[in-house]
Amino acid sequence: MQRQVALIKQSLFDQGYLDEQFIELEELQDDANPNFVEEVATLYFKDSARLISNIEQALERGSFDFNRLDNYMHQFKGSSTSIGASKVKTECTMFREYCRVGNAEGCLRTFKQLKKEHATLRKKLEQYFQASK
Amino acid sequence: MAVGEVMRMEIPAGGDMSVTSPELHVLAVDDSIVDRKVIERLLRISACKVTTVESGARALQYLGLDGDKGASGLKDLKVNLIVTDYSMPGLTGYDLLKKIKESSVFREIPVVIMSSENILPRIEQCLREGAEDFLLKPVKLADVKRIKELIMRNEAEDCKTLSHSNKRKFAEYIDDASSPSPSSSSTHDESAAKDFPSSKRMKSEDEKFSSLL
Repeated sequence: MQRQVALIKQSLFDQGYLDEQFIELEELQDDANPNFVEEVATLYFKDSARLISNIEQALERGSFDFNRLDNYMHQFKGSSTSIGASKVKTECTMFREYCRVGNAEGCLRTFKQLKKEHATLRKKLEQYFQASK
Repeated sequence: MAVGEVMRMEIPAGGDMSVTSPELHVLAVDDSIVDRKVIERLLRISACKVTTVESGARALQYLGLDGDKGASGLKDLKVNLIVTDYSMPGLTGYDLLKKIKESSVFREIPVVIMSSENILPRIEQCLREGAEDFLLKPVKLADVKRIKELIMRNEAEDCKTLSHSNKRKFAEYIDDASSPSPSSSSTHDESAAKDFPSSKRMKSEDEKFSSLL
């Protein structure tokens, strides 16, 4: 089981899904708080689901409110940074760049990629936490 | 019991007398639920009591600064440190900092600003307004430990004004941050005090020194 955990974790880092910050969070765990990282992850995915939904609604409206979209992405990037979700963070940065220059097409494309990375991370982390129990 | 007072632990039979410093009560302000969770953990690990709130408005309400007369009974513990995110909807961390420093009751509470963005003018603006420090997110345990040590040291010195090292550090920071500064000819400390006379802490520091003469 330990080996399984190590393998999943290694792949998450090798493939760039997670960065240093995740390790920093793991170091905050102790016997009294053994599930801290999982708790943070749960909060993150709940919160990011809300953000994704808001962004989707905003994009569906057709008229791009780049300020509003950038605002959502700022929040998304922030929490992704806090948990060490590296790939998602990168997509957020790109999305914000497209917002900055008013490129709707770029926003849509990046958002699609972001959702993909986000879903993959979620699945892999679920496996990781499951294997860690 | 006031912060700074030393508290004795219970002495176990045959054990040595240990003396420990009281816990800091930190008010952490952040609109991000993820970041609130993380900062809370960082502070708890650093042996601080923590109260988290999601906005500047809530923070003011908690402190009893929001004008609502009934609210001042809300907090049960004196707040020793405020750690706040900069970018928040409504009141920003900077707005909150200003309100705290404008209050005669709360202006002595150290305020630390956190931000995911490394924007020099923003950092300067906050330090100028009296922020104790500025942390870049993601905040690390080492950052929190450093802040705590700084605050405890300041409290222990029983000095209600900026400690000399902070003032020097602040002056050095300003000096480093700004290239040819018109005040660079005068001493660091003096120029810092002259440039930012709005800070009461700076004024009292001068008063304190002059009273020693």
